[in-house]
Amino acid sequence: MEQTAKKKAEAPKDKRQKLVDATMRRHGHSSYALIETLHSVQEAYGYLDDDNLRYVAQALRVPLSKVYGVATFYHFFTLKPQGDHTCVVCTGTACYIKGVPAIFSAIKKKFSIDPGETTENEKLSVLTARCIGSCGLAPAVVLDGEIAGKVTPDDVVERIGRLIQNDT
Amino acid sequence: MTPEEFYKIGETHREKRDQYKNNINVCIAAACVSLQSEKVRESLEEEVKKQGKEESCRVSGTGCLGLCAYGPLVSINNEQALYAGVTADDASEIVKKIDKEPIKRLAVSPELPFFARQNKIALEHCGKTDPDSLEDYLALDGYEALYDCLTTKSPIEVIEEIVKSGLRGRGGGGYPTGLKWSTVEKAVGEKKFVICNADEGDPGAFMDRSMLESDPHGILEGMAIAGYAVGASQGYVYIRGEYPLAIKRLRAAIKQAERQNLLGKNICGTPFSFDIDIRLGAGAFVCGEETALIASIEGQRGTPRPRPPYPAELGLWGYPTLINNVETFANVSPIFRKGAEYFSNIGTEKSKGTKVFALAGSIKNTGLIEVPMGISLRDIVFDIGGGIVDGKKFKAVQTGGPSGGCIPEEYLDMPVDYESLSKVGSMMGSGGMIVMDETSCMIDVAKYFMEFCKTESCGKCVPCRVGTAQMYMLLTRITDGEATMHDLELLEELCEVVKHTSLCGLGQTSANPVLSTIRFFRDEYIAHIKDKTCPAGTCAIANNKEAVQ
Repeated sequence: MEQTAKKKAEAPKDKRQKLVDATMRRHGHSSYALIETLHSVQEAYGYLDDDNLRYVAQALRVPLSKVYGVATFYHFFTLKPQGDHTCVVCTGTACYIKGVPAIFSAIKKKFSIDPGETTENEKLSVLTARCIGSCGLAPAVVLDGEIAGKVTPDDVVERIGRLIQNDT
Repeated sequence: MTPEEFYKIGETHREKRDQYKNNINVCIAAACVSLQSEKVRESLEEEVKKQGKEESCRVSGTGCLGLCAYGPLVSINNEQALYAGVTADDASEIVKKIDKEPIKRLAVSPELPFFARQNKIALEHCGKTDPDSLEDYLALDGYEALYDCLTTKSPIEVIEEIVKSGLRGRGGGGYPTGLKWSTVEKAVGEKKFVICNADEGDPGAFMDRSMLESDPHGILEGMAIAGYAVGASQGYVYIRGEYPLAIKRLRAAIKQAERQNLLGKNICGTPFSFDIDIRLGAGAFVCGEETALIASIEGQRGTPRPRPPYPAELGLWGYPTLINNVETFANVSPIFRKGAEYFSNIGTEKSKGTKVFALAGSIKNTGLIEVPMGISLRDIVFDIGGGIVDGKKFKAVQTGGPSGGCIPEEYLDMPVDYESLSKVGSMMGSGGMIVMDETSCMIDVAKYFMEFCKTESCGKCVPCRVGTAQMYMLLTRITDGEATMHDLELLEELCEVVKHTSLCGLGQTSANPVLSTIRFFRDEYIAHIKDKTCPAGTCAIANNKEAVQ
């Protein structure tokens, strides 16, 4: 394990790695910076991969078990790579009472995935958010970072379809 | 910067703004942005140029105008006219008719109860300033309260003013803010910290997000005053990672303030230094609890610890720490600008001032409101909120998120204050207010919140970790039509146990949604158990029946 981390430290650094390093440097490589650093890793790489968890553990001198503990404790962090497109469905109270379950079943019917999963061709990930704070627009989904409010289940499926189609 | 200099910046900016005959403000808070308000702003700017009105007409972004349901919102000449549902195509007409009668098809009357019944203190600047502009904030006497405190008041006098105002914590607990500040001030420590809790985890609440997006400088000023009062030189804003726009604006605001020496070393030439940093939360509801929040800033898992010792004595890295909610800090500088007495004259005997609520659910005017304490729930739901959508019947209003309860129709005339809400088994919470109509199954709602608490339980103490899972299981049996009356008894007993034996607020209040729905909607529980039917027709029983037929 140490070897991989070392190799990573020695290898020529790509831009993403530099971002992570900059965050750690800004906090003086203190162990307190663990969460901030994991935020930068996720921002740069899209998810927290094993190599990076090891690398961060070593650089901040925090036991790997603790890094893993923190990474899995917070819902914002994901240890799995995401598909090309993401659809985050808000499951806040306002969205829930306005029909989130129907959105999930429509997605399941069309793309055969449940919340938290990625399609086999790695095109689409469906995620949930506790509340994105757009309760005035309930029910709301976030498609590739853009909020779409007052959606119907058919809307969502159609919009996702369009996103995927634009790729090909 | 000397005070003369910043008065001057404000003054020149005011003059510059007054040169324009017409001001067009486009709401650029998250709800309107997601409805493409940035595009509306661009096309308005283009139109102003096209029609050669650059000299007389100024287009700028502004914070939340409140009526989120009808966005994107555009306010003309400081809310003389308010346009709702504006699209980029409306831009040319708006600019053309700027000096004339408001366009009827878009206009919303400012005399609507939605606007008329509000009293804006914490949201004072929302919709009036450009959140990206420090000059705008200075033009409205921004940072004057801070300067005034630093130069004319001792820390003790600052705290006395807050005590006099009667301000109580707006995060939900309602602890007197002045008392908290003076405890931290008296605590002995080499260093002290001020933390702004912006980890707005309650589903259905978006007050903190809107305030940070609309008036970031107001929060920073409040924090700096608090820092001076308690003797801290470092502040942290712990903000949800899910709020990218609020984070961006807050970061920009901190930089602007630092550049003008309104934050940083020797603020405005006084001996007081204060820095503010941002710490990102990572989606753990329990981090709204103060000891868990501190653990999270220290880079640990966000698990709470028993109190006392309270963070006021033993907080961040073991130093005395003041933790207040966003809205509490937003109230600080208005209290100094308008006087403690002005503030304490609003509200009820024990709950002073105003409260910001996020209205959502089956209600016409969803959005952000600020009302005086003591207003009745009926006024909020039917007058300000405009009643229920689609002519449906009101069923309950849920306050306090997963820690609160559902309040039925017969209690709608109750005044909204900390004590009255606790009396009916709910709580003020941070201010989310979800209105439910007759099609909401109350057991399904209780189950929804229990699922939330079960997932968000940090797992440290047994009653919460195991209790919430068991309560969830019992609720699922009820909605599946498999429960007996014994299960209901067991559920009630379990609620009491979890309530009294959990370590932190999350567990202690997790039973509230269940207890309050059992209290007010017992018939509905019994219909599920005995008759195996769901009167509202929306939970699992109803769906299964449909499937069978």
